[in-house]
Amino acid sequence: MKKCTYNYVINLDSLLKSFAMQRVIVVGNGMVGYKFCEKLIARSREYEIIVYGEEPRPAYDRVHLSSFFSGSNADDLLLASRAWYVENNIELYTSELVTSINREEKTVTTHLGKTDHYDCLVLATGSSAFVPPIEGVERNGVFVYRTIEDLHQITEYSKGAKVAAVMGGGLLGLEAAKALMDLGLKTHVIEFSPRLMPRQIDEDGSQVLAHKLTQLGISIHTNKGTRKVEGNGKLEKLEFTDGTSLSIDMLVISAGIRPRDELAKASGLCVHARGGIVIDENTRTSDPAIYAIGEAAVYNNTVFGLVAPGYEMAEVAARQFTGDSSKTFNGFDMSTKLKLIGVDVASFGDAFGDALGSVPIIIHDRRNGIYKRINISEDGKLLLGGILIGDASQYNLFHQMVVNRIPLPAQPESLIFGRGEADEGAGLKSLPETAQICACENISKGDLVFHISEKNVTTLDGLKENTKACTGCGGCTPMVNDILKLTLESLGHTVKKTLCEHFEYTRQELFDLIKVKKIKTYDSLLNVQGKGDGCEVCKPAVASLLASIWNEPITHQPTIQDTNDRYLANIQKGGTYSVVPRIAGGEITPEKLMAIGRIASKYNLYTKITGGQRIDMFGARVDQLPEIWEELINEGFESGHAYGKALRTIKSCVGSTWCRYGVQDSVSYAIFIENRYKGLRAPHKLKGAVSGCIRECAEAQSKDFGIIATEKGWNLYVCGNGGSRPQHARLLVNDVDTETCTRLIDRFLMFYIQTADPLTRTATWLNKMEGGLEYLREVIVNDSLGIGDQLEKNMTELIAHYECEWKKVVESKELRSQFSHFINSDETDSTLSFVEMRGQKYPANWKSSPQQ
Amino acid sequence: MEIVKELKTYTEDNTNGVKIWFKAARVIDFPENGGACVKYKGLQIAVFNFSRRKEWYACQNLCPHKMQMVLSRGMIGSTTGEPKVACPFHKKTFSLQTGNCLNAEEENISIFPVKVEDGFVYIGFTR
Ligand code: SRM
Ligand SMILES: Cc1cc2nc3c(=O)[nH]c(=O)nc-3n(C[C@H](O)[C@H](O)[C@H](O)COP(=O)(O)OP(=O)(O)OC[C@H]3O[C@@H](n4cnc5c(N)ncnc54)[C@H](O)[C@@H]3O)c2cc1C
Ligand code: SF4
Ligand code: FES
Repeated sequence: MKKCTYNYVINLDSLLKSFAMQRVIVVGNGMVGYKFCEKLIARSREYEIIVYGEEPRPAYDRVHLSSFFSGSNADDLLLASRAWYVENNIELYTSELVTSINREEKTVTTHLGKTDHYDCLVLATGSSAFVPPIEGVERNGVFVYRTIEDLHQITEYSKGAKVAAVMGGGLLGLEAAKALMDLGLKTHVIEFSPRLMPRQIDEDGSQVLAHKLTQLGISIHTNKGTRKVEGNGKLEKLEFTDGTSLSIDMLVISAGIRPRDELAKASGLCVHARGGIVIDENTRTSDPAIYAIGEAAVYNNTVFGLVAPGYEMAEVAARQFTGDSSKTFNGFDMSTKLKLIGVDVASFGDAFGDALGSVPIIIHDRRNGIYKRINISEDGKLLLGGILIGDASQYNLFHQMVVNRIPLPAQPESLIFGRGEADEGAGLKSLPETAQICACENISKGDLVFHISEKNVTTLDGLKENTKACTGCGGCTPMVNDILKLTLESLGHTVKKTLCEHFEYTRQELFDLIKVKKIKTYDSLLNVQGKGDGCEVCKPAVASLLASIWNEPITHQPTIQDTNDRYLANIQKGGTYSVVPRIAGGEITPEKLMAIGRIASKYNLYTKITGGQRIDMFGARVDQLPEIWEELINEGFESGHAYGKALRTIKSCVGSTWCRYGVQDSVSYAIFIENRYKGLRAPHKLKGAVSGCIRECAEAQSKDFGIIATEKGWNLYVCGNGGSRPQHARLLVNDVDTETCTRLIDRFLMFYIQTADPLTRTATWLNKMEGGLEYLREVIVNDSLGIGDQLEKNMTELIAHYECEWKKVVESKELRSQFSHFINSDETDSTLSFVEMRGQKYPANWKSSPQQ
Repeated sequence: MEIVKELKTYTEDNTNGVKIWFKAARVIDFPENGGACVKYKGLQIAVFNFSRRKEWYACQNLCPHKMQMVLSRGMIGSTTGEPKVACPFHKKTFSLQTGNCLNAEEENISIFPVKVEDGFVYIGFTR
């Protein structure tokens, strides 16, 4: 390489100064520290950014920490991978605590003894959980709830525990309580003040909330001061100031937060008497070279314990670095919607109606556990704030009405009494362009509308990607979606629910096309009506349509099926499968029980009774499936279709044959119905039940169709649902005879299959149906469309086509050969691994992917 | 995670660098528009017969999301013309041309060249 020589003289010092980038050191790599980096690099690449974080991993989403318990792992929560820091030239040091600041020299020192120079310093040290000085809090079994490490420890310790308590009934405490309950512990909440969430909701609201939480299984103790944490080494019980006590195995303290101002304090920066680094409206501390943002900062005597104000501070600070002082931090609205606890809770604006002349309007529906309070201005023109418990679906709208001072309708009470969707649409339309929709990322309605109308963004994912809306706490997602829909509609786009980019049709249209054109395969449908090569959305949807229309064995087109349908078994963690033979109505002979026992033990399968009254055998390797089924079929079993969007089980109670109250033979009818519809494919799975009397032991009213015996015959209920959004089935007809009942079910199921969207259960289908239950009854019972006969005929044809899919596979050498792990070897997958628990095998837990 | 490291070292593969064309299986053994898993020296490779496009693709069998050995059982398809495979577990999708994750922020996967000769499918490796 050629060497350069310079033959002119310059002032080296000033050259270096003007070339060297300014060094910004960020202390703390939490949510706000990270957001600052993101915002700064988006505005300027002129800075060298160095980040020190005490925690072992890069910044993660603390707001969704609890999702860790529902299967997310530490990596899912990361806000950005390590690679992101590298790509953006940010030097990130994790597991490194900054221990002192030398403001004269402009250096920081870390616990590793390293000293680093800064031109500007940003303190984003967050806060720590406040642990009250109660005797015994240092005992084993006492935890706080703030970091991933805390959650690891809580999970570990909970394995040996049965009863837990949370100290503190505030926002975080309740979230922790739900998590403990989900870990299988009996859970108590101990609150010092007379009610839960004293800072967000009023007395009546707290009562409704406490009642709901009690129903969920959480015990609530208010007015309880803790005097002592008692135990011998590890914690055993809590002693209260009123002389009572509570035996527990573990305690999570959630009694508030303390800003981490220790560094600032030691270096002589101005800190607040109650904790927190004092900042001005530009987020500057008392040293002009040092900024503080997030939960560590105090503005106007307030610590902001939420992420949105922290992000706002990060924005203000990042602008300061580019000489932009146009935006300042002026405090923040502390409205919140609580997530995750199984009960909706929200409080917004002036929740308690403290403003002069404010008038509350309240509904207090004890039966349904709903409490709604809105505070309106004296002249009835403005919404000032409120509280929503049990149903907080209007939170976003109300919050926006407060923030944007939207005029109230003439009858303000209609906001909480009537619940028309039209109202909400109108509400959204009346929001000004400047209305802030996503508080975390500060995205206004105008920003969203701009991206939709000017940048042609037409999907929710697109909006997330382009604006970052919904990527913080996610609370604004429903509202963003509604704005998307409204805007698209106003632009004249018909918002048509097409299947995916490969088919410009709805499921209903494709259903008709397949039928009319007698199309039998996915490929021909794609050739005639679609474009491209298909995908994981349209393939299984079309597969389900073909199956519902022709009921041909799905083994004819294996590669368009979802994996469970393709292998006729449910894939499980680790990649093995489960096997569920049909046990119609839940009735089984001792011989068949023994056969299942023998087969499960021969193939070393984990066995469990399912929620659907049958037996699931887990842990079969893909190559074992045909052998296992061969043995099951020899014993007289057939496929249970647990893998398909198909009829699952008809649950029964024992009924009049044995039960002293039974009025009809529910078991026989359940078996008859299950055998009638077995193998039936539908837009979603289908479940039924038959109860022998009004006591309803088969829980028929939670099923897609439920039958309850009466003295005179049967009552038929339809469109119930268990699952995450339980809904009771509705009475379609009463006191019909067995034949009529069956005929009506034929019609009902066929009508559902022909008209519902993919992956829509009957309950949702009914909820969206114009005319609702009345209309459905007209069509099914009174045959108002004159299609009753046709529906019955279609059903008869489907039933005639039934074949046990597994029998077909077992008997065909070609089909069997598809069940192997490798195509070029008979070996099995060596990565499968199992652990043992309670005498049976389980798959080893998910392995998390390696960092980088 | 040794498997991943192993796979990573194969990432740079391109048709020019191929040292070994491994004869994996007969064309007729593969399902149409679907995949199967090939074992090569302790590695698991997912190979796809994209018959609709008359193309073949190969990638690692391991899904980086929850480290599951299943991509060969995934559904294939395309998005704006780019061929992809969807993991059967949580439907994360990966480009079969670049290995990039298309619908999430997962790691990218390794891909391998494939050729078909005399009714046999070959996968290219550098060692
Ligand atoms: C095995 C079983 C749990 C058990 O050990 O008891 C089970 C297991 C699964 N359920 Fe379930 N459900 C089981 C009974 C239920 C019940 C209770 C019942 O059927 O009486 C319900 C509530 C009733 C209902 O459906 O309304 C239930 C509501 C769900 C839902 C929520 C559906 C909804 O509309 O909200 C899902 C998710 C889905 O289908 O999209 C689900 C999905 C699943 C999946 C398929 C999740 C998955 O994709 O892996 C699980 C498959 C396990 C497997 O591979 O076998 N499972 N699931 C039960 C099998 C019953 C059977 O014999 O076939
Ligand atoms: C379980 C839970 C649920 C929550 N739910 C919500 C919610 O629903 N909505 C909401 O708005 N907010 C919620 N929050 C609050 C939200 O998480 C915080 O407001 C936010 O994380 C604050 O960000 P931060 O960067 O200021 O602090 P943090 O995220 O705490 O980050 C500070 C980081 O700095 C590190 N650090 C501190 N001192 C040093 C040092 N000297 N050297 C190096 N590193 C240091 C810390 O270890 C930490 O990693 C929740 C919090 C928890 C714990
Ligand atoms: S079996 Fe059902 S409820 Fe249980 S974890 Fe699986 S999907 Fe959830
Ligand atoms: S394991 Fe592949 S998507 Fe989750």
